[in-house]
Amino acid sequence: MSHSSIPGRPKDLKASAALGRKRRRTDLIIRTACFAATIIGVLFLISILGTLFWNGFSALSLKVFTDVTRPPGSDGGLLNPIIGSVIQTFIGTLIGTPIGLLVGTYLAEYSKASPLAHSVRFVSDILLSAPSILIGLFVYQVLVVPFGGFSGWAGCVALAIIVIPIVVRTTEDMLRLLPDTLREAVIGLGAPKWKMITLVCWRAAASGILTGILLAVARVAGETAPLLFTSLGNLNWSLSLSAPMASLPLTIYAYAGSPYQDWIALAWAGALIITLGVLGLNIAARSLLRK
Amino acid sequence: MSQAATLNSATPTVRPARRSGSLGDMIFAAACRGAGIFVLLLLGAIIAGLFIGGWDAFRTFGPAFVTGTDWDPVQEVFGAGVSIYGTVVTAVLALIMAVPVAFGIAFFLTELAPSWMRRPVGTAVELLAAVPSIIYGMWGFFLIVPFMAQTFQPFVIDNFGEIPVIGDLFAGPPFGTGILTAAIILAIMVLPFIAAVMRDVFNTVPPVFKESAYGLGCTTWEVVRNVVLPYTRVSVVGGIMLGLGRALGETMAVTFVIGNANRISASLFGPGNTIASVVALEFGEATMGSLKLSALLGLGFILFVISFIVLSLSRFMLRQRVQK
Repeated sequence: MSHSSIPGRPKDLKASAALGRKRRRTDLIIRTACFAATIIGVLFLISILGTLFWNGFSALSLKVFTDVTRPPGSDGGLLNPIIGSVIQTFIGTLIGTPIGLLVGTYLAEYSKASPLAHSVRFVSDILLSAPSILIGLFVYQVLVVPFGGFSGWAGCVALAIIVIPIVVRTTEDMLRLLPDTLREAVIGLGAPKWKMITLVCWRAAASGILTGILLAVARVAGETAPLLFTSLGNLNWSLSLSAPMASLPLTIYAYAGSPYQDWIALAWAGALIITLGVLGLNIAARSLLRK
Repeated sequence: MSQAATLNSATPTVRPARRSGSLGDMIFAAACRGAGIFVLLLLGAIIAGLFIGGWDAFRTFGPAFVTGTDWDPVQEVFGAGVSIYGTVVTAVLALIMAVPVAFGIAFFLTELAPSWMRRPVGTAVELLAAVPSIIYGMWGFFLIVPFMAQTFQPFVIDNFGEIPVIGDLFAGPPFGTGILTAAIILAIMVLPFIAAVMRDVFNTVPPVFKESAYGLGCTTWEVVRNVVLPYTRVSVVGGIMLGLGRALGETMAVTFVIGNANRISASLFGPGNTIASVVALEFGEATMGSLKLSALLGLGFILFVISFIVLSLSRFMLRQRVQK
């Protein structure tokens, strides 16, 4: 089994050793670079969270949650933006979820490959990544101009439009994971299809669908751009959905760009609250799915 | 015998139940179908709404609305040229920075990381995608902008500012804000999206392919370059396009850091604007029914068309792999 028994040109041992070293060196360099890239990515997250805690924690107090926004220098809180965000996120999710659920069900249970299903799936995917500011512009034209003013309702509708495609995607994916034997068993018992879907399929996919809803809530809770032209923001205490309504992201936007130190501090506190909320929802959604 | 009799006697009672079931079926199927059609109409309505809203501006300025570089609310002359340029340049610069890092993360997560590390690091990257854009804006404005103004830009200007062609890219005073800063923030924002798509498509490569290459003595990098990348090429480009689509329409973060000036400068440190930042900033000053409002809606229509094309391409490329 000497080298000469191998057909072809005799191997230059030195050259192939050098080639091997070069290949291993390249491999090592690239692997190190990829490790570094991952470190960079994680560092960004740590830096953002660190900055938020550093600046936001000192500004955080009970007053932030109990007092309304006040003019600069008079020591206000963020109660009305927080309540406004909760209301608009809640109603937006409430409007968007049933529509998204039905569309996802249509795509998974009724029409997997018809031309209509293909176009609905396509449009839903486009809506999922479309610039959210354009949804704000659209709602402005449809709900703000005809009804003569900015309103909390317009904000809710803009958020609902963002919720729909997220729920569509997760609902369809989760329903598709269910085995067909489950459906056949239900139909075999004589149940109509709608009972099969609502009582068995939705229930079997419940944790996945709920994950989608939680992710949608997390996404819209931090949305700023679609609210700029719809609910506008409101520095006074107001719970009316027919009037301009405050929200946490819009208040952060207004306060962070202001020259007043106490407003900027409040903006950091608000940023910390919203980020912890959004990331918390994401982690909750993930652990729910893993169960 | 008695069993058969009970079955027979039960038959008539089944009928009405089935009928009510079919009625319920019809209603439910119609509701699902209706919701699907509603989503279709919604996208149509968004496009039509933006187009009709921008019609005044399109009619007044014609093609010059897209190519014109003047944006003068006082003279009522509006051209989208500068903001289209800013949108495209910041998004492309962001991709140039984000794609290599995203590839590194995906490579690390699929091939290199020990299994205990994959989930926490993967989750961290996904959480980066979940951070609201306004937070990126604030973080960029209070952390990256001072860093750029005090450290990075003076350093670059001192060292490269004198070189003939390259120096032009770094001309101007170090304000910290500007095209490059916006592109950096955008890069950080789209990084997790691209990395997540790449990781998922890398995971679709059949292990047999990779094992055969390893069996031939390939190094990890050679396996990724010669087996994984060729197999997933189309989807990887799709993921990059998805990131591009996100970067084009990003509003809040860019508005904070781009400097907001309506001019095209050769310098990367110069201020600029993007379609989304112009719409966000100038909307408050536009009164209902004015030509300016129409121009802003027209800008929105242009942004929608650009995003639509990019996102359609991305989806086409990503779905091909999934449907196989």
